[in-house]
Amino acid sequence: MNSNIKVAGFGGQGVMMFGQVLAYAAIYDEINGLWFPSYGPETRGGTANCSVIVSDKQINSPTFKDANHLVAFNFPSLEKFREKVSEEGLILYNSSLIKDDVNEEGRVCVGVPANDIATELGNEKVANMAMMGAYLELTHLFSDKTIEAIIKKFLGERKAHLLDVNMQAIQKGKDFIKDLGVTYA
Amino acid sequence: MAKVLMKGNEAIALAAIKGGVDAFYGYPITPQNEVPEYLSKHLLANGKVFLQSESEVSAINMVYGAAGAGARVMTSSSSPGIALKQEGISYIAAAELPCLIVSVMRGGPGLGGIQPSQADYYQATRGGGNGDYSLIVYAPETIQEVADTIKESFDIADYYRNPVMVLVDGLIGQMMESVDFDKPIKERFLPEKDWATNGTANHPGRRNVANSLQIDPNALEQHNIHLQEKYNLIKKNETRYEMINFDDPEYVIVAYGTMARICRSAIEMLNKEGIKVGMIRPISLFPYPEKAFDEIPKNAKGILCAELSMGQMLDDVLIANNGRHKVGFFGRSGGMLPDPEEIVDAIKNFSERVVK
Repeated sequence: MNSNIKVAGFGGQGVMMFGQVLAYAAIYDEINGLWFPSYGPETRGGTANCSVIVSDKQINSPTFKDANHLVAFNFPSLEKFREKVSEEGLILYNSSLIKDDVNEEGRVCVGVPANDIATELGNEKVANMAMMGAYLELTHLFSDKTIEAIIKKFLGERKAHLLDVNMQAIQKGKDFIKDLGVTYA
Repeated sequence: MAKVLMKGNEAIALAAIKGGVDAFYGYPITPQNEVPEYLSKHLLANGKVFLQSESEVSAINMVYGAAGAGARVMTSSSSPGIALKQEGISYIAAAELPCLIVSVMRGGPGLGGIQPSQADYYQATRGGGNGDYSLIVYAPETIQEVADTIKESFDIADYYRNPVMVLVDGLIGQMMESVDFDKPIKERFLPEKDWATNGTANHPGRRNVANSLQIDPNALEQHNIHLQEKYNLIKKNETRYEMINFDDPEYVIVAYGTMARICRSAIEMLNKEGIKVGMIRPISLFPYPEKAFDEIPKNAKGILCAELSMGQMLDDVLIANNGRHKVGFFGRSGGMLPDPEEIVDAIKNFSERVVK
C-alpha cells in the first residue's frame, strides 16, 4: 500500500492540518508517513498545499510526479493540480467553493460541500474535517478510532471541547459519500 | 520514547538537546526557523543558554567564545546566513574549537529563494572562510539519520576539536517523518577539555588561550601541518557512505540528502524495467568517500552525479572517479525539486548527460 496525496487550498482552510492528520495517523497505525508543506510566500494568504505519503513500505522519494489522491479545497488549487493525478486516481473537491462539475478522464471525481456541512454544524473551521470524513469513506485509509486519537492530540487540552464538532464533521462527510453511493477503494 | 512524527528542524533541535547542547546562538532565517523556535522554548526552561543575536556575525563569534570556554555549543542558519558566518567558522577551525553548525540550504546565489537546494556544497566542503581549514560535514537523508547525526556530532566535534557541519536541504528541515530519539550512538572516549578558557580556578597555574592569530610564519606552518594531520585522521576514521543496490550495476548514481532519496525511488523504477542501477550515497561530504568509487565495476556504462545544484559535488565525483568511467550530471536548482521520473529519464538518456 502506497498513497501519494496532494492537499491544497487557501491559507486558513486547514489544508496543512488535513495533511498532518494523515501523516500522524500513519505513525499511529505503525506504518510510514511523510508530510511536507509548500512553505513559500504563497502560504501567507494565498494558496497553500502540502504533500503526504502514506505507505506500508519504506518511503524513499519525498517528491512524486502524480498524486494518487488530490484533495482540493478551492478552485485555484484544483486547477493547479488536477492534471497531476495518476490514472485511476481520486479527485476530491470542495463543492461549496467549486460550483462547476469536475471531470477528468480515468479519474474518480467527487465533490463534497465541505463549507456547507461545517456551517450547518455551526463551526466553519471544521470544513476540513468534513472533507476528511469524505476522504476516509472513499479511501478507507484509517479507522475512526485512529483519526479520533489524532484529532484529540491536535486539539490538546485547551481545545478539547472542539473534539465533538470535529468528529461530527467527519461523520457528516462520511454520510454524504454514503448517500451519494460513490465507491472508490 | 517511541517513534514520533516530527518536523526535520524540530528534530534537529531535540537531537541537539539529547546530544547535550549547553548553548545556542543564532539569527532567524527561513527555512530553518523551527530550530531556534524549538530551542528557545526548551533550552531556557532547562537552565541552558539560548540567545538570538543581532546578526549572524555575532552569533558565530558567540559560538567561538562559548566553545573556547568548553561548552557544547551550536548555531544554525541557512545559505546567506552561513555565508555571513564564514569568517567566524575559519577562526573556530583555526583555534581548534568544537562546535556544531547546522546549515539548512535554500536556493541561491545571493538572497536567492527559500525553497530547498543543495547549492552550498562548495560553501560547506571548500568553505568561504580563509585558510587551509576543513569542517567535518555530514549530509543525512532522513529525519532519523538527521537526529542520529546531530546527537553524535557533538562527540565528534569534541573528539577532534573541530567544527562539525550538518548539511541538509530545506525539504529535510520542513518535512515531517517518524523518528526515534533513543537510538544509541557510538561511544567515544572524550578527553577532558583541559584547554578550555574557563578561568584559572579550573586550571590553576596554567594560562589557556583560544586564539587564531599566529604571527610567526614558522609556527603557523607547523600549525597547518598539524591541522592536515588531523584532517587525515578524520578521513581515515570518519568517512561515511552507503552503497545501494550495488549488484553489478550498469550505471551508478551518486547523490546525497533529499536527492539520494529521490534517486532511490528512481532506481526501483529502473530495476523494474531491467536496468541495473546502483548508488553511492556519501553521508560525509568531508571527508569524501573516494574509496567507494573503487567498487564500481570496470564495465559500468557510467556514473550519474545528481544534485539540487548546477554541479558542485560533481567536482568530487570527478576527482574520485579519476578518469575511469564516463561521468554525467543531473541538476535542478533554485528550489525546484525533481520527481523520480526525471532521474529515470536521465539514466535512459545518459549520453546526453555526459560532462566528462
